[in-house]
Amino acid sequence: MIRLAHAIYGLLVFLLALPLWSQSGGELHFTIKSDPKTTNPLLVEDDSSEIVRYLTGGVLIRVNRKTQENQPELATSWKVTENGRRITFKLRQGIQFSDGSPFTSDDVVATITALMDPKLHSSTGDAFRAGSGKVLAQTQGKYAATVLFPQPIAGLERLFDQVAISPARMAGKADASTVLGPFMVTEQKAGEYVLLRRNPHYWKKDSAGHALPYLDAVRLYIMQNRDTELLRFRRGDIDVINNLSPDLYEQLHAQDASAARDLGPSAESEELWFNQVARSPLPEYKKAWFRSENFRRAISMSINRADLARVAFRGHATPSVGLLSPANKFWFDQSLKPQGYDPKGALELLQQDGFHKDGEVLKDKAGNAVVFSLITNSGNKPRERMGSLMQQDLAQIGIKLNFVPLDFPSIIERITRTFDYEACMLGLTNVDLDPDGQMNVWLSSSDLHQWNPAQKTPETPWEKNIDKLMHAQASTLDRNKRRAEFDKVQEIVAAENPMLYLVDKNALVAVSSRVKGADPVVLTPQTFWNVEYLSLNRN
Amino acid sequence: MKRVRWIAIGLLGLVFLGALGASFIAPASYEKQFREDPDHPPSRQYPLGTDDLGRDRLSRLLYGMRISLLLAPAAALIATLLAAIIGGAGAYAGGMWDQFTRAFIDLFLSLPWLFLLLTVRAVLPLNIPAVASVAITFVLLGTLGWAASARVVSAAVREMRNSEFVLQARAAGCGRWRLLFAHVLPNVRPILLAQFWISVPLFILTEANLGMLGLGVTEPLPSWGNLLRELENYSAFASSPWLWAPLVSLFVVVSLFQFALGEGEYA
Repeated sequence: MIRLAHAIYGLLVFLLALPLWSQSGGELHFTIKSDPKTTNPLLVEDDSSEIVRYLTGGVLIRVNRKTQENQPELATSWKVTENGRRITFKLRQGIQFSDGSPFTSDDVVATITALMDPKLHSSTGDAFRAGSGKVLAQTQGKYAATVLFPQPIAGLERLFDQVAISPARMAGKADASTVLGPFMVTEQKAGEYVLLRRNPHYWKKDSAGHALPYLDAVRLYIMQNRDTELLRFRRGDIDVINNLSPDLYEQLHAQDASAARDLGPSAESEELWFNQVARSPLPEYKKAWFRSENFRRAISMSINRADLARVAFRGHATPSVGLLSPANKFWFDQSLKPQGYDPKGALELLQQDGFHKDGEVLKDKAGNAVVFSLITNSGNKPRERMGSLMQQDLAQIGIKLNFVPLDFPSIIERITRTFDYEACMLGLTNVDLDPDGQMNVWLSSSDLHQWNPAQKTPETPWEKNIDKLMHAQASTLDRNKRRAEFDKVQEIVAAENPMLYLVDKNALVAVSSRVKGADPVVLTPQTFWNVEYLSLNRN
Repeated sequence: MKRVRWIAIGLLGLVFLGALGASFIAPASYEKQFREDPDHPPSRQYPLGTDDLGRDRLSRLLYGMRISLLLAPAAALIATLLAAIIGGAGAYAGGMWDQFTRAFIDLFLSLPWLFLLLTVRAVLPLNIPAVASVAITFVLLGTLGWAASARVVSAAVREMRNSEFVLQARAAGCGRWRLLFAHVLPNVRPILLAQFWISVPLFILTEANLGMLGLGVTEPLPSWGNLLRELENYSAFASSPWLWAPLVSLFVVVSLFQFALGEGEYA
C-alpha cells in the first residue's frame, strides 16, 4: 500500500513537473563567423567576442533591444548629475558571480578603473573618453558607486550596456568564466565551437520565481559559410540564424515559411557617396560634378529605390529616407520623406548646371560625357544587383556608370588612402542608436567623414553647420533638445546629399520551431537578445 | 567516325553562327532588365527564363557564348603554346636545361599570382572600357595559365626522349630537328590537345572568379563564366533546372570541339 502511495506521489510530481521540464534545459545552437579574439569583456572588438560578452556579461544598465530604452540590471537605479559628468549607481544586493563570490561596488569601481586605463587600449573605454583628464570611479558604501568624467557625455547611460562587470581581483584581465551574466564560457575548441554553460548563481528569476536562464547551455559553432549554416539549420543542428541574406531567406521561406521571419527595417542601410576630396587624383571637371549639390541630387532622383528594394533585395528592404532608418525609434526624423524616382526632374536639375543631352549621352558644359565609376565590395549579391540596376537607371538620363566590384582591401585603400575612386557604395550599420555614435561620420574633421575626410576647417557652409549641430546635441542632457538638433542634421543631409541613402535592409532571421520564448527584434543580437527566457521544446 | 566528326563540325558551326548572330536571334538585349519579371521561369517570352534582374537568360547565354567562345580558346592556345615551348624545349634539350626548366615551372606554380592580378587591377583605371578589360583578362589567363600544362608536356617529352624508338632513330642518324618534328612532336600532340581542352573550360570558370577582383567580363556584359556562377545557388538549380543551360551548353560545345578537331585521336 505504501509502495502504491509512493508510486502515485511520484507520478503526480512527474506530471506537475512536466510543463516545466518541457520548457527548461537543453543546449541552444547557433553560429559565429570566427573564433572570439578575446574573452576579456573590456577588450572586445570583433563580432564573435561581442556575442560572447552579451551572453556572459553582467552589466549595470542594459539597452532593451525591443523597447530601445535603458533598463536596470546590476544597478537598480542611477542618476546623472553635474551636467552629464557624474553618474551614480545604486547596486543590486545579494548577487554572486558564477564562482559564488559576492558582487559589490568594489567590482564596479575596479572594472571602470581598468576600462579607463590607457594602457589597456580598450575600444569600449574609448566611447567614454571625452576631453582630456582622468575618469574617477569611487565606491559609496558596499552597494553604491559613482563615476566622474572630465567632460559631459551625452547619452552616458547607454554606454554602460557594453561594460561587463568583472570581479575586482580580475579587473582588466578577466575572462568569460567568472561572470555575472546568464552564461559562462566553459569550453572552447579553436575553429570548432565555444561552449557556454548556465551560470548557477545568475540573479534573475522569471515572473513565476523560476531561476533563469532556462537553457542549460549555448553552443556557438564557428562557421563562415552561410549556405552551410542554412543547411545545418534545416537539418536541425542549428536553432537560430541572425542576419540572413535575402537570397537565403527566400530559400528558407520556400521550404519552411514558419522558420523564416522578416522583422522589417533594420538599422543597416546601403549608401553611395561621391569622392569630394580636393587632393584626389580625379580630373577637375569630375571634382566639380561631385561637389555640385544639383548633380548629387539629380543622381539621387534618377535612382529607382523602390526597384532596388524589390529586385535587389527580393522585397526585403525599404527605400531609405535618410541617415537613420525607422528602426531607430527615438532619433529617426519622422518629417523626412524618401527621395522619389524622377528622371525627368533630374535632367531639369542637371540643366541648371549646364549639363545637356547630346543624342543619348549626357555632357557637361565643357562637352565632357558624364561617365563615372562606382566601386563596391565584390561577393555581396544584393549590392552587385543594385549596381546593375543603377547602371540602367542612370543610362536613362544619358549617364554611363561603370560598376566595378573590388576586393575589400582595395576599396579601403582607395577610400581612405589614395582617394583614387569616383563613387563608392557600401553598407553602414548603426550599432549605436544614439547620434553620439555617429560623431565620427558627421564631424568634418573626422577620418570617417567618407566623402571628404579629415578637413582642417569645414570646406562647405553646410558641413560647418552640421559640425555645430553635432557638438550642440552632444553638449546637452535634454533628450528632446538633442533630438531637435539631430533632426536638423538629418534635414541638412537630406538636402545636400553628401551620402545618397538607397535602402534600409530588413532584418531577416531564422528561428527553429523548437525554440520557445523567441521574440526576435531588429537590433543585434536579433534572435537571442532575450536569451535568459529562451528554452528548447523537447517534445 | 568520320560522320561523327562532320556532324560535330556542323553543330559547332551552328553554335558559332548562333553566338555571332546573337544580335539578330536573341529575343532581347543582354542588358535589358524586365524588372517586373525577375527570376521568371521559361515561357514563350523568355525561353530560358530570366535572371535575378529580369534579364532574358537565352539572350545572355548567346552573347556570353560569343565572348567566351572566342576568347577562352584563344587564351588556352596561348597557354598551350607556352607550355609546349617552355616545358617541351627544356625536356627535349635535357641535362641542365631540363633541370632549370623544371625548377622554373615549379617556381611559377608556387608563386601567388593573386597579388599580380591585384596589382593589375590597381594599375588599370576604374573607367576602363569593357572590351579592354575582357581582352586583358584573357591575355592574363593565357600567360599565367601555362605552367601546369608545361609540367605534363615536359614529363611526356622526357619520357619520349628516352624511349626506344627515339633512341633507334637517333642511332640511325636522324638529326635533332628531324627527330623533334618527325618523331617527338606528333607523339606529344594528343597531350597538347588534351591540355588545350582542359584549359578552355578552366579559363571560362577562372574568368568568372576574376570578377571578384574587379577584372574579367564586367556587368552588364555576360560571359559563360558569370552565367555559370549562378550554379553556386545549389538549392535553386534543383528546383529550376533551366539554370543548367550554361553548364550543359559548355559541356556540349567542348565535346563538339573534341570530336571536330581531334581527328587523329577520335576518328
